[in-house]
Amino acid sequence: MHCIVTGGNVKVLAKAVHSLSRIGDELYVEPQEDGLALRSVNSSRSAYACFLFAPLFFSRYSITSGDNFRCKMAIKSVQSVFRSLTTLEKTVEKCHIDLDKQKDRLTFTLHCKHGLLKTHNLSFQDSESLQAVFDKDSYANVFRAQPRLLVDTVVHFPPSLDEVTMSVSDERMWVRNHVEDEPEASKAMLTELCLASDEFDHFAAQAHNSVTFCLKELRGLLVFAESTGLPVSMYLDEPGSPVVLSVTDSVLEGNFVLATLSDDPSLRKNSSKGAHTAAPPPPDDFMNDDMDSYLIAMDTSIAPGPSNTGPPPPSLSGDTRSKRPAAVSHKARILIEEAEEEETDDLDRLPNKKFRSLFFGSVLPPSSQLSTQPMTSQEVLASDSEEEN
Amino acid sequence: MPLSTQSQGDDEQYVLVANLDNARNLSNILKAITFKDHAIFTATTNGLKVTVEDSKCLQANAFIQAEIFQEFTIREDLVAFQINLTVLLDCLNIFGGTTTPGVSTALRMCYKGYGYPLTLFLEEGGVVTVCKINTQEPEEPIDFEFCSTNVTNKVILQSESLKEAFSELDMTSEVLQITMSPSQPYFRLSTFGNAGNAHYDYSKDSDMMELFKCTETQTNRYKMSLLKPSTKALALSCKVSVRTDNRGFLSLQYLVRNDDGQICFVEYYCCPDEEVEEN
Repeated sequence: MHCIVTGGNVKVLAKAVHSLSRIGDELYVEPQEDGLALRSVNSSRSAYACFLFAPLFFSRYSITSGDNFRCKMAIKSVQSVFRSLTTLEKTVEKCHIDLDKQKDRLTFTLHCKHGLLKTHNLSFQDSESLQAVFDKDSYANVFRAQPRLLVDTVVHFPPSLDEVTMSVSDERMWVRNHVEDEPEASKAMLTELCLASDEFDHFAAQAHNSVTFCLKELRGLLVFAESTGLPVSMYLDEPGSPVVLSVTDSVLEGNFVLATLSDDPSLRKNSSKGAHTAAPPPPDDFMNDDMDSYLIAMDTSIAPGPSNTGPPPPSLSGDTRSKRPAAVSHKARILIEEAEEEETDDLDRLPNKKFRSLFFGSVLPPSSQLSTQPMTSQEVLASDSEEEN
Repeated sequence: MPLSTQSQGDDEQYVLVANLDNARNLSNILKAITFKDHAIFTATTNGLKVTVEDSKCLQANAFIQAEIFQEFTIREDLVAFQINLTVLLDCLNIFGGTTTPGVSTALRMCYKGYGYPLTLFLEEGGVVTVCKINTQEPEEPIDFEFCSTNVTNKVILQSESLKEAFSELDMTSEVLQITMSPSQPYFRLSTFGNAGNAHYDYSKDSDMMELFKCTETQTNRYKMSLLKPSTKALALSCKVSVRTDNRGFLSLQYLVRNDDGQICFVEYYCCPDEEVEEN
């Protein structure tokens, strides 16, 4: 692979890397026919982000076709290449990215002003395919807003806050912090904002849903969107279905997919009044969730054979996949060990554990059914133990 | 000025008297070499030299010429003592080191000789402070035997671009490798850290390169921990000269302009790391 990024796009690439670092510790790099994909996932697999840079983003983009190369590296190493954004802006003229397969190295060469050349040779590891399967176009609720609106909304929540709940009706969106298992509701501070539909560029709420997700991971996207000025699109569906946030322009697309808490009727609200006693969510009943359209697929094989090949190269519009059980079944490989662990979760576990269970647990039928379960969209294959990262 | 009238009669007993209208002209440059507590002060009629050393492998010198001082009187050929540099800097900044324009701390530094403390009279806004700092027997500074005749490679760079490189250096690398060559890559700084290696190449035709005189290709490694303190001097400077001699010893010389635009020098000498690999 050999590509060249010039001018202002170097800073955009750097910002994408920095915003991916808010999600996970590793950067997954996959040069594809339709562009360079940079991805990251958090350790509990409840947040996933992908930036796809089209060939036109680069002043030169050449890959060995049919190569199916992918790798991962510590995201801190890549961040050190793009350490100072202001310096990048002022001095970097172009950035070459070259892959050296013999030495297992990815080389970033920054050509800077005043004849300064910065070369970073970063070692990488082979990696499994990392691709979230989600179909945001099928989601009931779609919104688009200028990043400023969302930034101004999240600024009201303390940085330590884990989760927010977003509820939508025909004309309004409410955002409030999620308070769970609080022994005394009086000790908790509830913050709630209400956004009217006319504050958005696009507001289509077909289903009045209420979803709860982790705010921290969202902030990474907001920083990117704000600095590039791109509007943010949000796709919300039922609780349990991940929320998808994306930024798009003609040469790049970024998608942040965040898990949401599964359905809790007590969280639905019709009034804008806050301060209700948050009933603990019902015990996780994995069989009740409808998981068709959003499995996070972890292909655990290092060297994928033809039958294990990752999904067909995603189109420029992102990692969308139609709801075809057959396609899903190729990729739904879940760790039984992990999922079993989740089933014994007590409700006091940290929220992110709950999120993890949503991705994996509900796909796992009780073990007795494994062999007899017909091939449905909830296909689960017992995999060998994955070398975690 | 209150300070000078105060000790007019005592001047006879001091072997060294140095006056500065702006103590920052001394304290700023001393900050560039404060990586160890103790410093050796050496004064001659030319001025003041302050030396700090580390593990016998690194030496930093700050030169403040006699002309920088409003008064510089020395009654012996050589006056030398060792002193706690951190304490000295604390005293020089005793008025809080404000940078209000027009307001500065005036300094009168007096030394009676061997065994006596260094006396500092500091004045700001009419308030006078007297500090007496104990001195010690001065150790002999290491002579790195670095002389211009043995210099194989020399470049002079504008500090601006080197500052950028130093601020980005991979600190997980134990060494900083410097390659100087009459051919590509001309002047290269390399690190070998956890993530991989990184190279910063300065072309000889760069407009940041004021002087480029390299006679042979040399690659030397220096312990990162030893060179890290030199970043302070780099930050203050506007130009830096990098020289290596035939043994691979490194000399970094920084041109520093003080508040009043006067020139002072800071230099660092560093031994190469034991295992030298020729690239």
